[in-house]
Amino acid sequence: MKIKNIFTYCFISSLFLFSLICIWKILVTLQGIELTNFNFNKLFIFGIILCAISLLIGKKLNLNIKIILLALLFSIFDYFISTNLPIWYSFGIFLISLFFFNNIKDYDKNFLSKNHSSQKLFFNFLTLFGITLFSFVILFPFYMMLVTSFKTQTLLLLNPLDFSINFAQGLPELFKSYFIVFKDYNFGRYMLTSTIVSLGTVIITLIFAIPAAYAVARLNFFGKNFLSTSILIIYLFPAIVLVIPLYTIFSQLGLRNSIEGLLIVYTATTLPVAIYMLQGYFKSIPKELEEAGIIDGQNWLGIIFKIILPLSLPAISSVALYVFMIAWNEFLFSLMFLDRPNTFTLSRAIQFLNVGAETPRQYLMAGSVVVTLPILIIFVYFEKYLVSGLTAGSVKG
Amino acid sequence: MSSKLAKIEKRTAYLLILPSVLLVFSIILFPIFSNIWISFKYVELKDLRIPEPRAKKLVKSIKDNPNQIKIIYKLRNSSLTQEITNVKFKDKYPDNIEPISLNNKCQFKSNLLKCELGNWPKKYRENLEIIFQNTNNQEISKKELKSYKPKLSGKSQNILLTYEFTLNNFKKVIKDKAFIDLLSTTFYYTFFGTIGAIVFGILAAQMVNQKFFGRTFMRSVLLFPYVAPVVALAYTWELLLDPTSGTLNNLLINYQIIDGPINLLGQKYVTLNILGFDFKLRLALTTVIIFEIWRYFPLAFLFILARLQAVPKELYEAADVDGANPIQKFLNITLPQILAVISILFMIRFIWNFNKFEDIFLLTGGASGTRTLPINVYQQGFSIGDIGMGSAVSIVIVVFLLIFMFIYFKLLGKRADEN
Repeated sequence: MKIKNIFTYCFISSLFLFSLICIWKILVTLQGIELTNFNFNKLFIFGIILCAISLLIGKKLNLNIKIILLALLFSIFDYFISTNLPIWYSFGIFLISLFFFNNIKDYDKNFLSKNHSSQKLFFNFLTLFGITLFSFVILFPFYMMLVTSFKTQTLLLLNPLDFSINFAQGLPELFKSYFIVFKDYNFGRYMLTSTIVSLGTVIITLIFAIPAAYAVARLNFFGKNFLSTSILIIYLFPAIVLVIPLYTIFSQLGLRNSIEGLLIVYTATTLPVAIYMLQGYFKSIPKELEEAGIIDGQNWLGIIFKIILPLSLPAISSVALYVFMIAWNEFLFSLMFLDRPNTFTLSRAIQFLNVGAETPRQYLMAGSVVVTLPILIIFVYFEKYLVSGLTAGSVKG
Repeated sequence: MSSKLAKIEKRTAYLLILPSVLLVFSIILFPIFSNIWISFKYVELKDLRIPEPRAKKLVKSIKDNPNQIKIIYKLRNSSLTQEITNVKFKDKYPDNIEPISLNNKCQFKSNLLKCELGNWPKKYRENLEIIFQNTNNQEISKKELKSYKPKLSGKSQNILLTYEFTLNNFKKVIKDKAFIDLLSTTFYYTFFGTIGAIVFGILAAQMVNQKFFGRTFMRSVLLFPYVAPVVALAYTWELLLDPTSGTLNNLLINYQIIDGPINLLGQKYVTLNILGFDFKLRLALTTVIIFEIWRYFPLAFLFILARLQAVPKELYEAADVDGANPIQKFLNITLPQILAVISILFMIRFIWNFNKFEDIFLLTGGASGTRTLPINVYQQGFSIGDIGMGSAVSIVIVVFLLIFMFIYFKLLGKRADEN
């Protein structure tokens, strides 16, 4: 066994443990508890000692007893160097160290004498740490959005680090920002507009895209190849180069500030990707089924409705969900085309709130939760369909 | 027989694709071409309102004479900049009412008052007064008179449809001292945003490709920033990074990592001292790039993960037998396998980041050195109100876009040849 390996093992492990503890401490700080020091020196050195002990014990002791013992030792040590902290804080430290020692329980002298053991170790920890860090970095803004919407202006200014939710104040008080956002800021109306626009876009897009995709996938006509390549090229053109001409044309036609105008633009911009996705799927349906349909005397419409549609429901659902997501999240066109509050979509309304004079941030965040939550629920619930939609439509975003 | 079938097939095909083609043509292709047209014109935001002839009808009773009534039409040209030619006027009257006298511009026939009002210069105003009387000497009801609204029509020159062109917009775009800065900001943002998203995508994909508890959940969570609406996320970040009451600054101060708050979104430069050298970093731009990476790495992650899961396990087993270490395995097996995906991703993301508008607009509005080309389109067109300039900037974007697309399709073609 190399000394170098033992040293790197102890060093990396302790660093990993310390990083986990840091994340925990940050989370604790955000509950409004005063904590101003990570205690790097003490915790790091004690971590190294415990890792060395774990290595020395190896498999001589029952592994479960070993990890519980080491985790207890670590939490007690942490309890003594930090003062005035609630018991749940120490309990969290205990759970984290339990998780940590469980991860290093299998490392013993044999493992460290193997080839590349320090690299393997490093990457194992990097993975674990990466997962923790990525989850933290990604979820934290969402968490902040949610908690801010439950707070009041004074509380937010008093201690910007206090992200605890006070459930004792009762539900009406807790959801006050939401009541205000819906009542005074008219978010119910905006939500309805957003829903109508998004669902409308989905329906119209499908009505246009299904026949076109079928023609591109199945029928022979002059200019077919040209059409299928132009679909992709058109799709790559961004909204920002369309905005000025569309604005001028829509202003002159009086289509601005209307839901119809928005529907037309959203449909046109999502149509290429919808056709592209659907034709790919239609091509995978065996031709024999359609030929059987023709023999039965079906016309093209009958074939599309009775054979193609039922078979391609999964693809249609993923197109529908993807288009819904694009329309729901769309911002640029709603910013350009809507300037009267009675036609606002949710995204536009939130931007209006933010630009408007001194809207308290809890209302802004409540509005943000209102626009984010539906799409996240849909995403988690229909993940399979949406992920395939995202993959196919990934050229845009 | 078969040629007849082919004909039917062809006709059906055209019928099926026609609606989509028409829609896409009118909303996407036509605007792109009209962009070229507008970019050679001098058009301002206020010119977009078509000049309208307008009339306000006032009904006034005449003292001691209930059988007569005075009608005043307040006429005006709604435009402050353009004239309206050949204005025609029409208004309806109830039965038994006739004008006492009329000027030569107007005629009264079968309850209809028609006038030819000629040409109106810009800002034109005029009052048209006509006295009417009841032919049966009865009292005239004001209410009934008010219920009819005059109709006006006139021809005005639509500034968008004239044949006057100018090269000034492009001259202004290129001669602008900030143009080079604008381009470099755009490329800086695009390049680092794309590279960052791909690097973090690879890291995340590597992690999720291993088995651990909660892996499917982790995969969903990693996609959250990409799926959620940009408005909500941008404002949350804005609050998070706020210099006075933002969480991040307060957290860093709390743990004594920094002495005073840093305005991450409002400060153009920050001077870093690395190894004794002063190094100027564009702070706000870097923050915006980090947001960009945070929001779009999920997409790279999704793609690379799909590719990683298709890499044959035997390759890694063989490498284990040969005694390769993890870094070697990554460099010699994983990387070559995902290289094709990465290059495609790079091109697509590069094109899209180049055109990204919302993210920067919502975070900084283009201030503190974060003005990119798309932001400039908006600012020229709508903040300054010079539609022609905005169009010219979007033409610049389109030109770059065509170059990128050319490279992208070359790359795609090359890949198709290899397979």
